Amino acid sequence: MLRDEDRIFTNIYGLKDRSLKGAMSRGHWDGTKELLEKGRDWIINEVKASGLRGRGGAGFPTGLKWSFMPKESDGRPHYLVVNADESEPGTCKDRDIMRHDPHTLIEGCVIASFAMGAHAAYIYVRGEFIREREALQAAIDECYDYGLLGKNNKLGYDIDVFVHHGAGAYICGEETALLESLEGKKGQPRLKPPFPANMGLYGCPTTVNNVESIAVTPTILRRGAGWYTSFGRPNNHGTKLYSVSGHVNRPCTVEDAMSIPFHELIDKHCGGIRGGWDNLLAVIPGGSSVPCVPGAQMKDAVMDYDGLRELGSGLGTAAVIVMDKSTDIIKAIWRLSAFYKHESCGQCTPCREGTGWMMRVMERMVQGRAQKREIDMLFDVTKQVEGHTICALGDAAAWPIQGLIKHFRPEMEKRIDEYTRNATSHGAVLEAAE
Amino acid sequence: MSVRRLAEDTVQPASFAFSKENAAWAEATINKYPKGREQSAIIPLLMRAQEQDGWVTRAAIESIADMLGMAYIRALEVATFYTQFQLKPVGSRAHVQVCGTTPCMLRGAEDLIKVCKKKIAAEPFTLNASGTLSWEEVECQGACVNAPMVMIFKDAYEDLTAERLEEIIDGFDAGKGAEIEPGPQIDRIYSAPEGGLTTLQLVEAPQKTKAPVRASKAKAEQAVSVPPSNAAKPETAADVTNPALKTPATAKKAAAKNAKAEGETVDKSKPAKKPR
Repeated sequence: MLRDEDRIFTNIYGLKDRSLKGAMSRGHWDGTKELLEKGRDWIINEVKASGLRGRGGAGFPTGLKWSFMPKESDGRPHYLVVNADESEPGTCKDRDIMRHDPHTLIEGCVIASFAMGAHAAYIYVRGEFIREREALQAAIDECYDYGLLGKNNKLGYDIDVFVHHGAGAYICGEETALLESLEGKKGQPRLKPPFPANMGLYGCPTTVNNVESIAVTPTILRRGAGWYTSFGRPNNHGTKLYSVSGHVNRPCTVEDAMSIPFHELIDKHCGGIRGGWDNLLAVIPGGSSVPCVPGAQMKDAVMDYDGLRELGSGLGTAAVIVMDKSTDIIKAIWRLSAFYKHESCGQCTPCREGTGWMMRVMERMVQGRAQKREIDMLFDVTKQVEGHTICALGDAAAWPIQGLIKHFRPEMEKRIDEYTRNATSHGAVLEAAE
Repeated sequence: MSVRRLAEDTVQPASFAFSKENAAWAEATINKYPKGREQSAIIPLLMRAQEQDGWVTRAAIESIADMLGMAYIRALEVATFYTQFQLKPVGSRAHVQVCGTTPCMLRGAEDLIKVCKKKIAAEPFTLNASGTLSWEEVECQGACVNAPMVMIFKDAYEDLTAERLEEIIDGFDAGKGAEIEPGPQIDRIYSAPEGGLTTLQLVEAPQKTKAPVRASKAKAEQAVSVPPSNAAKPETAADVTNPALKTPATAKKAAAKNAKAEGETVDKSKPAKKPR
């Protein structure tokens, strides 16, 4: 298990002083100026060497992403946009960073902006996080007062950090939809290319990073890439905030090393599965968008990008949704389908129509009011939605259903059989066909 | 996608204006964005209008569009796209937003919805008899480890049971919403595991253990020229490792006197803090 001194978010539960002074006493904002003096290339190389992969779900190497920004400005300003539109069901890690440890994020914004030559950073907070936004804004105001932000600040690099917010649209977590929303439009994703690194916010070079990716960088730079790579397996280094929800005895958000075995995460931090390990039905290991994994396979799973990919799922945002045997798994997945139907932006036809269609078929599957061949048809439709849309919401809507059909098809067939039996008991009369 | 329409004309007020305080705030918000990009401020402005009036009226949408130099249709698009904007009047004392997405559903959000149906109105977005309460089922609010939860205006009420939600709704209906403590409604610290921390446990202890740490730090600042002690020093035949050798580590008094007299090793630009 990760030791407390190796945890980056030392105030994740908000029990210590949340002010700038408190953050400084815990080592944040320590030597930030010296870090900047080492230069852009050093910062980017160090982040690359640390093996940090984007914490927003896709796991794209952060250092590499930063290096895509143009080295020299062509007259257009550069922007850093921090994606704090945390709306993936199951995920609530960025919320705790913003309300309890906001200075990790603000310092990260300064360093990342410097590394990509940006003088303005926008933090796009989801609309529902009102108190979190206030806490973050208060922390930013404190930094301005202390002279860490703004023009001619103590760090010697002009940088403004602004908090922007959305108004309840999951799709704005997609980076180009987020930029559209930040420009004051409907949050509908853009086609790529051009990528945001060339044409992003207001048509200027922009990098969009997750809150956690940005917030961990100052500590990585201070303690060195070697420290960070000492956690987790190769290609999956670092520490990670896990948020465990659902049927565990004590749900919680906790920071631990990458590649921690699933049973260790649950037993150490969450007091075990409700009703014991034999009662585990299935786990959605990375937020609603990844396929579920049956409990038997999950117990020894390694919680990292590669380990979960081997199980046909993904780490995503490390939002673990645990379901015990009391769960109606078909209904649980139907509820996710309803979520995606509600959150589809309506731009691409396969997603706009497909999410609604999938939800309606799933609704019948919950009751068992369907034909068994429709399971195959449903699977086929998910395959047609997947990969045929501008953004990944279509994929995200398809994968949970695919996971359900892959692992729980007998359950679905049983439901259909039961419905049919019930239907005959107060409908048709069973008779020998002689 | 969800189909969202503006409220009937009969309930739409004729005009909209920000209060003085909100108008000043709006000006500052618009200035956060580059010149010519004022449109960016639409979501924050509409949200503030909703806070002021309780819901987003047609007049508010149009007057904000005028403020930002946008076509009305662009502003209407935004207001109908984002589901947090209430396009119809909601309960004046509480609009209960129950999270119904899977993580909350697994922990009993359906019971909370039943409570809302029983206590407020059978249908979402419907005012109760006295017009003080309304409810809706919303998608994930991002408090999944504290499921199930509801959101009422700006605050989240987490780790709920059906009984507790009834109490909360009663409290708001009686106009005592401010007295109800938001956050987890059970004995729990925010998102930490219930019943005690599993990490970062030294939370209270640092006050006690930190004192000696601070003292030693102060000492180090006082006599900068004192090198590290002999701990972990390699044993070799070299003279410098001879333990009999007088070093600032072994002869502290002399070293401190030395430092005071010469002063060159003390960084004057950063005056050493007084030990507490």
